[in-house]
Amino acid sequence: MELQVFILVLGLLVGTSSPDMGTNHGKSPDSHDHGPQSQGNHTQSKKPFPVLSLGYDHVKLPFEISLWVLLASLMKLGFHLIPRLSSIVPESCLLIVVGLLVGGLMKLVGEIPPVLESKIFFLYLLPPIILDAGYFLPIRQFTENLGTILMFAVVGTLWNAFFVGGLLYGVCQLEGHRLVTVDLLSCLLFGSIISAVDPVAVLAVFEEIHINELLHILVFGESLLNDAVTVVLYHLFEEYSSVGSITFMDVFLGIVCFLVVSLGGIVVGAIYGILAAFTSRFTSHTRVIEPLFVFVYSYMAYLSAEVFHLSGIMALIACGAVMRPYVEANISHKSHTTIKYFLKMWSSVSDTLIFIFLGVSTVAGPHEWNWIFVMATLIFCLVARVLGVVGLTFVINKFRIVKLTSKDQFIIAYGGLRGAIAFSLVYLLKTEHFPMRNMFLTAIITVIFFTVFVQGMTIRPLVDLLAVKKKQETKRSINEEIHTQFLDHLLTGIEDICGHYGHHHWKDKLNRFNKKYVKKCLIAGERSKEPQLIAFYHKMEMKQAIELVESGGGAKLPSALPSTVSMQNIQPKKPPQDRALPQLSKAREEEIRKILRTNLQRTRQRLRSYNRHTLVADPYEDGWNELLIKRKKMMELEKKISQMNNYLTVPAPPPDSPTIARARLASDPQAWGLKSVTESIPTIKVDLASPQSPVVDEFSKKGSQPKASKEEEGGLTMKVPSPTKQRKDKTADEDNDKEPQQRLMRCLSDPGPTAEEEDEDEAFLP
Amino acid sequence: MGASQSGPVHMFQDLAHKTGFSTEQIKNLHNRFMYLTQDEDTLRREHLENISNLALNPIRRQIIEAFFDKRNMGEKERGCLQEIGFEEFVTVLSFFRPPKPRTADEMKNIKKEKLRFLFNMHDTDNDGIITLDEYRHVVEELLSSYETIGAETAKAISDAAMLEVASVTVGQMGPGEFYEGITFEQFMQILKDVEIETKMNIHFWNLDTRTMQCGK
Repeated sequence: MELQVFILVLGLLVGTSSPDMGTNHGKSPDSHDHGPQSQGNHTQSKKPFPVLSLGYDHVKLPFEISLWVLLASLMKLGFHLIPRLSSIVPESCLLIVVGLLVGGLMKLVGEIPPVLESKIFFLYLLPPIILDAGYFLPIRQFTENLGTILMFAVVGTLWNAFFVGGLLYGVCQLEGHRLVTVDLLSCLLFGSIISAVDPVAVLAVFEEIHINELLHILVFGESLLNDAVTVVLYHLFEEYSSVGSITFMDVFLGIVCFLVVSLGGIVVGAIYGILAAFTSRFTSHTRVIEPLFVFVYSYMAYLSAEVFHLSGIMALIACGAVMRPYVEANISHKSHTTIKYFLKMWSSVSDTLIFIFLGVSTVAGPHEWNWIFVMATLIFCLVARVLGVVGLTFVINKFRIVKLTSKDQFIIAYGGLRGAIAFSLVYLLKTEHFPMRNMFLTAIITVIFFTVFVQGMTIRPLVDLLAVKKKQETKRSINEEIHTQFLDHLLTGIEDICGHYGHHHWKDKLNRFNKKYVKKCLIAGERSKEPQLIAFYHKMEMKQAIELVESGGGAKLPSALPSTVSMQNIQPKKPPQDRALPQLSKAREEEIRKILRTNLQRTRQRLRSYNRHTLVADPYEDGWNELLIKRKKMMELEKKISQMNNYLTVPAPPPDSPTIARARLASDPQAWGLKSVTESIPTIKVDLASPQSPVVDEFSKKGSQPKASKEEEGGLTMKVPSPTKQRKDKTADEDNDKEPQQRLMRCLSDPGPTAEEEDEDEAFLP
Repeated sequence: MGASQSGPVHMFQDLAHKTGFSTEQIKNLHNRFMYLTQDEDTLRREHLENISNLALNPIRRQIIEAFFDKRNMGEKERGCLQEIGFEEFVTVLSFFRPPKPRTADEMKNIKKEKLRFLFNMHDTDNDGIITLDEYRHVVEELLSSYETIGAETAKAISDAAMLEVASVTVGQMGPGEFYEGITFEQFMQILKDVEIETKMNIHFWNLDTRTMQCGK
C-alpha cells in the first residue's frame, strides 16, 4: 500500500521536474510578472486584476533543487520499505538504478536530463560527506595505522596510475586504427583519474557491512588520503598533455607539488580547526549558533584550500579532526547532537544525490563505446589493484605488529571502489584538448558501475563467507578506559626505560604539550583541566542518565545486566574480631546522636551540591534537573514504602536494656547487611576482657555503618543511576537513608552505643 | 681474551633463545642495561628512578616495581627483589615483545601472560586478588598528574569500575554477600575486548646505541 502511494508520488515528481538544473544555475531571471503588466496597464486598456497567476521562472532553480532533494530522500525511504531489499543490494546500487530510470524517463519525455556538473559536485555535494567522515574519524586507529594508510594511499595510487596508464597505452598502440591517437600522457592522465579509490563509494558500501575497525580505517583512510596524489597527477598530466612531453624537471616539481598540496591542505585545515575551537570557547552565552561555527569554519577550510589548488579533502579532514576534541569540550550537549545529526543528514542527502545523478548522467552523457578500451581498462584496474595491495602488504607487514592476513588483503583489494570523483574529474576535461574524452567517460562509467554493482553487492556475502571479523558493538566500559590509559602510560614508561623514542613516547609528549598549553587556550573554564578519564566518566554518566529519563525512570527498569550486585557488595568487610565495645556514658551518646543527625543533613547537602558541581557546564540541561527531582521523589517514595515494610518486619524496639536490644539486632541480619569500610575508626580502645565482647560484631558493624553510608553516599553522588545500577543504587541508597533513620530511631529508643562516623579527626573517646 | 668474549656472547644467545629476542636485540638491551646501571652488574630502583622521562609518568612507581617483582620472573614465589641482573631485566621486557604470528592457542597463552603481568602490577599485596583499595590506588595514580582532581572522584570512578566488574563477572549477588576483589579469571574476562596481545607491545628493532646515549 505504502509502496503504491510512493510510486505515484515519484511519478508526479519526475513529471514535473524540469531538466535545466545542471547547466543553468547562473543568473535566475529576476523579472517579475507584475512588471510588464503594470506597465501594460498604463499604456493599454486595463486588464482585470490577476487574482491567480503563474510565475514559475523566478523560483525555477530552488524549486528544481528541492524537487531533486525530495526525490532522493523519498527514494531512500522507499528502499527501506521494501523488505529484504536493502539487505541484499547496497543502497548505492539501488540509487544508481533509480537514476538510470529517471534519466531514461526524461529522455523518453524528450527533455535533456541534467548531468552531474563537476562544479556542483565538488563545491556542494562532496564537502558534507568528507566533513562527516573527518569529524567522526576515529583518531586513535587512524594514527596507529597511519604508516600503512599512507603507503596504500600514495604508493598504491601511484602504482595503479602508472600500471593502468602504461598498459592502456600499450593496448592502444597495439590496437591501431582508432585508438592509436591516444598518446601516452592522455593514457597516464586517464590512469591517474581512475586509480583513486573513492571515499563516497567506500563509505556507502562499507557502512553497511560493519566490518572490523582496522580494515574499515585502512580502506577509508586510503580513499581520503589519495586525494592529494590524484590532484597532483591530474594537474601534472593535464598541464603537459597539450605540450606532449614531460621532463625530469617536471617530475621533480610534481613531487614537490605533492608535498605542498598535501601538507598545505593539512595546515590550512588545522588553522581553521584551531580557529573554530577558539571561537567555541566563547559561545557559552549563545549556544544556538554553536553548530554553525563548526560547519562554516570547515567549509571555509575546504574552499580556502581549493583556492590554492591544495587538497581540499585533506583540509577538511584536518579541520574536523583538529577541532573536535576542543569543540566538544566547549559546546553544550544539544549542540553536539545537532552537529552530529546535521552532518549525518547532509552527508546522507549528498550521498544519495550523487548516486542518482551518476545514474542520470549515464543516460544523458555523450558516450563512445569502444569494446577493447573499456574491457582493457576494467581488467587492468582490477589486476593493478590486486597486485598493488599484495605487493605493498608484503612490504608493510615487515613493519607492522599486527600483520595483515591474506583475508585482510583480499578485503582491502576488493574494497577499492571507484566513484563519482573519478567521473567528475573526467567530466572536467575539455574535448578540445582530449578528443578521446567521451571514450574515457564511457570507460570510467563502466568501471564505476562494475565496482559499485558487482563488488558492492558481493562484498557482503564474501565477508560472511570468509568470516572476516566484524565490528564489535560493545559499549566502552569504564574498565576498558582505565586500562587503555594505563597501558598507554605503561608502554611509554617501558619505552623510556629502554631509551627508545617510539610511537608512545611521542604520543605522550604530544599529550603533555596539549594538556599544558593548548587545552588552556582552547577550552573554556574548568573543563580545560579535566583529565580524559573524568571526561569519559561524565559522558558515561550522562548517557546513563539520559537512558534513564528516556525509559521513563522509576524502579521498573529492565536492567541490561541482570545483576544484583550493588555497592554494598563491594565495600570491604571489616574483620569483626578486631574491635571491642567500649563503655559509653549517656552524655557521649547524646553527643553522638547529635553528630549523626547533623552529619546526615550535611551529607544530603553535599549530595546536592556535588551534583551541581559536576554539572557546571550546562545549566541548560533541563532533563538533568527533572531527573534529579524525579530521582529524589522516587527515593522518598521508596523510603516510605520500605519504612512501612520495615515496621512490619522489624517492630520498633521498646526502650529496654542495651543487651537485649543488641541481641535483637544481632538476630536481624538484613538490616546490618552493610559492611564496614577499611578506614579505621581511630580511637576505639580494644578491651578484649570485657564481658561485652560477644557484642563486638554488631558494634563494629553498627559503628562503621554511618561511615559506610557516608562513603557510599559520597561514592554515589557521582553516580547517576544506570539501568542496572539504578535499582541497586536505589536499594543501597534507600538502605543508607533507611539505616540512619533506623539507627536514629533505635538510638532514640534504645540507648545502644553507636560509633563516630563522619569526622575522623573528631575524637570519639577521650 | 677469547674466553671472556665468548662468555657474554654465549649468555646472549641463551637469553635470546629463552626470551625470544634476537641476539642483536639482546646486545642492544645489554648496552642499555650497562648505561642505566652505570656499568655495574645489577640494577636497582634508584637507577630506574634516575631516568628523567620516567619521572613524568604517573604510574612510574608501579612500572619500577614490576621490574623487581618476583612473580614476573617466572618463579612461583612472591615478594620483591632489591636488585636485578641483566637476565631479569630482559625477562621483564620480554613481556612486551610483539608476538610472531602463531596459532590461536599460542596467542591465547601470550595474551594470558601479558594480562598476568598487568594483574601483578595491580595486585600489590600479592594475594591474587585486586581489592577495591588496590584498584582505587590505580585510578588515583592515573589521575595523579592532574592536581585539581580530588580523592573523591578517584574513589567514585574506582567504585563504579569495581561495580561493573562485579556485575559482569559474578552477576547475582545477594545483599549480604561480599565481593572480595577481582580474580585473575575475572580480570581476563573484563579485558578480553581490549586485545592486549596486539596493544601491549613495543618495537624493539629500533634500539640504537646512538639514540640511547642521547635519550636518557
